[in-house]
Amino acid sequence: MRRFRSSANGQPGWLFPFVIAAIMVLSVLPLGRLAATGIVSAFSGGGRGVLTDPGLWQPVYNTVATSFFGMIAAVLLGGGFALLLTLFDIRHKRLLGFLFMLPTMIPPQVTALSWISMMGPSSTVLKAIGMAPPLGSPQPLYSISGIAFLFGVQNAALVFLSLRAGLLALPRDAVEAARLAGASSFQVLKDIILPLSLPGFAAGAAIAFVSCVGNFGIPAILGIPASIYTLPTLIYAKFAAFDAGTFADISVLSALIGILSVLGLVVESRVLRGRDYRVIGLSGQIAVFRLGRWRVCAEVLLWLTIIVILVLPLTALVASSLAPAYGVPLTPASATLHAYQEILFRQAVTRTAFVNSIGLSLTTAIGLLLVSVLMGYFLVCGGSRYAGLISALADIPYALPGVVLAVAFILLFAAPLPVVGISIYGTIWIILLAYLSSFLAVSLKPVTSAFRQVDSSLEEAARLAGAGFFRRMTDIMVPLVAPAAGASVILVFLIACNELTVSALLWSAGTQTLGVAIYNLDDSGSFNLASALSVLVVIMVISMMLLLEAMAKRLPKGVVPWHS
Amino acid sequence: MAQLSLDRLSKRFAATDRAAVDGVSLTVREGGFLALLGPSGCGKTTVLRMIAGFEQPTGGAIRLGSRVLADGEVSVAPEHRNMAMVFQSYALWPHMSVADNVGYPLKVRRIATEERRRRVASALSAVRLEPYAGRRPADLSGGQRQRVALARCLVTDPDVVLLDEPLANLDRHLRQEMEETFREFHQRSGATMVYVTHDQAEAMALATDVAVMSEGKVLQLATPQEIYARPEGRQVGMLIGQGAVIKLPSPAGDTRALTEDMMGTLLRTMGAEPVADVLVRPQDVEIADGGVAARVISALFEGERYAVKLSLPDGQMLRAFSRLPVRIGETVPVLVRAGWRL
Repeated sequence: MRRFRSSANGQPGWLFPFVIAAIMVLSVLPLGRLAATGIVSAFSGGGRGVLTDPGLWQPVYNTVATSFFGMIAAVLLGGGFALLLTLFDIRHKRLLGFLFMLPTMIPPQVTALSWISMMGPSSTVLKAIGMAPPLGSPQPLYSISGIAFLFGVQNAALVFLSLRAGLLALPRDAVEAARLAGASSFQVLKDIILPLSLPGFAAGAAIAFVSCVGNFGIPAILGIPASIYTLPTLIYAKFAAFDAGTFADISVLSALIGILSVLGLVVESRVLRGRDYRVIGLSGQIAVFRLGRWRVCAEVLLWLTIIVILVLPLTALVASSLAPAYGVPLTPASATLHAYQEILFRQAVTRTAFVNSIGLSLTTAIGLLLVSVLMGYFLVCGGSRYAGLISALADIPYALPGVVLAVAFILLFAAPLPVVGISIYGTIWIILLAYLSSFLAVSLKPVTSAFRQVDSSLEEAARLAGAGFFRRMTDIMVPLVAPAAGASVILVFLIACNELTVSALLWSAGTQTLGVAIYNLDDSGSFNLASALSVLVVIMVISMMLLLEAMAKRLPKGVVPWHS
Repeated sequence: MAQLSLDRLSKRFAATDRAAVDGVSLTVREGGFLALLGPSGCGKTTVLRMIAGFEQPTGGAIRLGSRVLADGEVSVAPEHRNMAMVFQSYALWPHMSVADNVGYPLKVRRIATEERRRRVASALSAVRLEPYAGRRPADLSGGQRQRVALARCLVTDPDVVLLDEPLANLDRHLRQEMEETFREFHQRSGATMVYVTHDQAEAMALATDVAVMSEGKVLQLATPQEIYARPEGRQVGMLIGQGAVIKLPSPAGDTRALTEDMMGTLLRTMGAEPVADVLVRPQDVEIADGGVAARVISALFEGERYAVKLSLPDGQMLRAFSRLPVRIGETVPVLVRAGWRL
C-alpha cells in the first residue's frame, strides 16, 4: 500500500526534488553567490574603492547614454513599424514583420561588423560605388551615437513585438463604439488607440533599455577601438587584466548593471501608474484603417527602412567576406571564397568554435527540453503552492544581462567543487551550465504554455485508464506538448548558437564559441574571416527562423516570438 | 463487482478552509445508477473526484465491496481503481484516433493486439460508431465525441463508471438521445454508475437513486419517485419540481400529505402560529371559483398552457398553470388541490 500513498496527485516522489534541484543549480545558487559577493564587497569599501574611482563614472555615463538613445531609436523604429503594420492596410505584412525581426535574432557583434563593413573608409560597398570617405577619416560608428544607433536597430523588434501584442489585444468594440460616436479614423487613432497602446509602448521601451544596458557585442566591437567603455565591456576589460581584486570589482559592476536595469523597469511602472487599462470586452483584430493613396508612400518607407537596417548591412557583410583582403575593392574579378575555405577547412580555431557552439547549443537545447518538460508539467499540472515562486526564479537568469550571469557563474565555480574537488572553471562545462541557466526561461515558456492548453481531464482520463506516470507522460502529455517542445529546442539552439556575452567571459583556450571566434577574429584584424563566419551564422539564423515560421501554425500562441 | 460505499466522507480545501464535502455517507448498490444532484458548488463534483481518486478525502472513507479505496491511511491511485469516467469535456486525446482512444485502457493493461481490436470494435458498435474508428476526435460532432468517451468506459468492464455532467455541453435535442444511450449503456454493462448533474430532469430520467446535495451535505437519498413525491426539507422541496414553498400554519397532527380541504383551511387561516413550510406544485394549483384570492404577477405563454405567478394576500408566491389567459394585475380565485408539508 505504500506506493499508493505517494501518488495523491499522481506525481512520482522524485519530481519535486528534481525541480527544486534544477532551480537551485540554475538560478538560486549563482544568483545568491553573486548577491553575497556584491554585498560583502560593497560593505568592505566597494571592491578597492571601484565605486569611488572616477574612471568608473565615464562607463556608467556611456552605458546610460547609449542605452537611452538606443531605446529612443528602438521606439521610433519599432513603434512606427508596429503601428503601420498592425493598424493599416499595408501589403506583405508577414514578410515585413519577419524581416524586421531579423536584426534582433542576428548576434549583436555580427550586426556591428556588418555596419562597419557598410560605413567608413574601407567600406567594400561604398568603394564599389565610389562613395567611400577618404582613407584616414574616422569610422563614424566608433562613437556613442554609433553605438546607440545600432542598439536601436538591434532592439527595435522588441518594441515592435510588445506594441503589436498590445495593439492586437485592443477591444474591437471600443474602436467600433468610437466610430459610432462619430469619430473619424484619425480621431479614433489619436483618442482611443494610441492612449490604449501606451502600456505596450512603455513596456517595449523598458525591455529595449534593459537589453541595451546588458548588450556586450555592439559596444565591444564599436566602443573598445575608440576607448568608449560601457559597463559590460568594462567588466570584460577588467577580467582580461585579471588580478586579485577582480572578483570584487566585477561583482560591484554587475550590481550596477542590475541597478540600471531595475531603474529602467521602475521608470516604466511610473509611466504606467494610474493607467490600468485592463482591457474589457471582445479583443480581436481591430478594423484596419485604409491609407488610400498614402499607402504606397508608407510601403516605400517601410521597405526602405528594411533595406537600410537589414539588406545593406548584410550585403556589405557578404561583400567583405568575399573581398580578398580588408580594404581591397570588391570587383567580380577579385571576389574570392578564400575566407570561407579558411574558416571552414584551415583554421583550427574556427572549426573548434563550430564544434563547441553546435555541441553546446544542442546539449543545452536537449538538456533543457528534459528539464522544461518535467518542470513545466510540475508547474502547470502539479498544483504546487510554490509554482509561482519557481517560475519566477526560472525567469530571472534570462532577464539578467548575460555579463551579470556570467559573473555569477564565475564567482560560483572559481573554486573547485566541494566534495569532488574538481574545478569546472575554464572548461566547457561552466559555459554549458551558464547556458542552461540563461536559456531555461526560453525553453520553459513554450512548454508551460502548451501544458496550460492541455485540459487536466486528458491526464485524469489516462489515469483512470490505468496509465502510471511514465506511461501518461509518453503516451499523452509529451505528444500533446511536442510541437511546442520542438519549437523550444529550435529557439534555444538558435539563441545559444549566436550567444556571445556569456561565453566571452567564460571561454578559455579550446572552449571558444562562434560568438567569441567572430569577436576574436575581428579583434585581431582578420576582418574578412570574421565577416565570412558572420555570414554563415546569419544563414543559420535565417534558416532556423524559417523553420519556426513554418511550424508556427501548429504551435500555441506566443511560442514563436514574432507571431502573436 | 461490488457495492460502493462512502462513509462520512469529508473534504476541506486548504485554500478556502471551507468544507466542500461535509460528512457524506451513502451506498450505491451493485449495478445501481446514482445521480448526485445539486446546484453548482454543492460539492457533488468533489465527491465524484474523490471516488475517482483525483482528490484525497480529508475525512471518512470510500470502499468498494471490502476493499478500502481511500481513508485517512491509504489512498489507491486512480490508475489502480478500475473505474472509468466520462468527463464534461469528454477528455478525448486529440492526437489519437477514435479506435486508439477507446483501446488505450486495454493497451495500458497489455491486452494482446487481436483481443484489443475485437473489444474496441464491440465497444464502438455498442455506441454505433464503428465507421468512425479511424477518425480523429476533432472531426467528430459533440454527440459523437460523447459516445467515444462512453465506448472508452465500456471497453474495460470497470467496477464503477463516473459521469461528470456529461450532457452539459450538448444541445437539448442531443441530450434526449444521449440519455437514451446512457440508459442502454447502464442496462448492458450492469456497471455501478455515479452521475453528477445539476439538472433534476436528467437525474430523474436516468437514475435508480438520487442524492440531493447542498453545501457539501446529502439532504436526501431516495428513488426518483420517492424524492419527487416525498421531499425532505425546504431545500429539497425547492430543488425538485417547479413547486413553490410557502409558509402556512402548521397542520393539525403534523400531517405531511395535505388534501384540498386541509389546504383550503390553512390558506384561510394564514398568519396563525406555529408555521410550517408547505410545498405546492403548480399542477396542483387551479384558478377556479371558491378559492382564496390571489393577484397575477406574471403570465408566461408556454405553448400548451400559461405559467402563472401568483401573489397571495400576505405577499407569498405561488406558481400555477392555466389553460386560459389571465391578465397581469388581475385578482383571481385560487384552489390548491394538494400540498406537501416539508
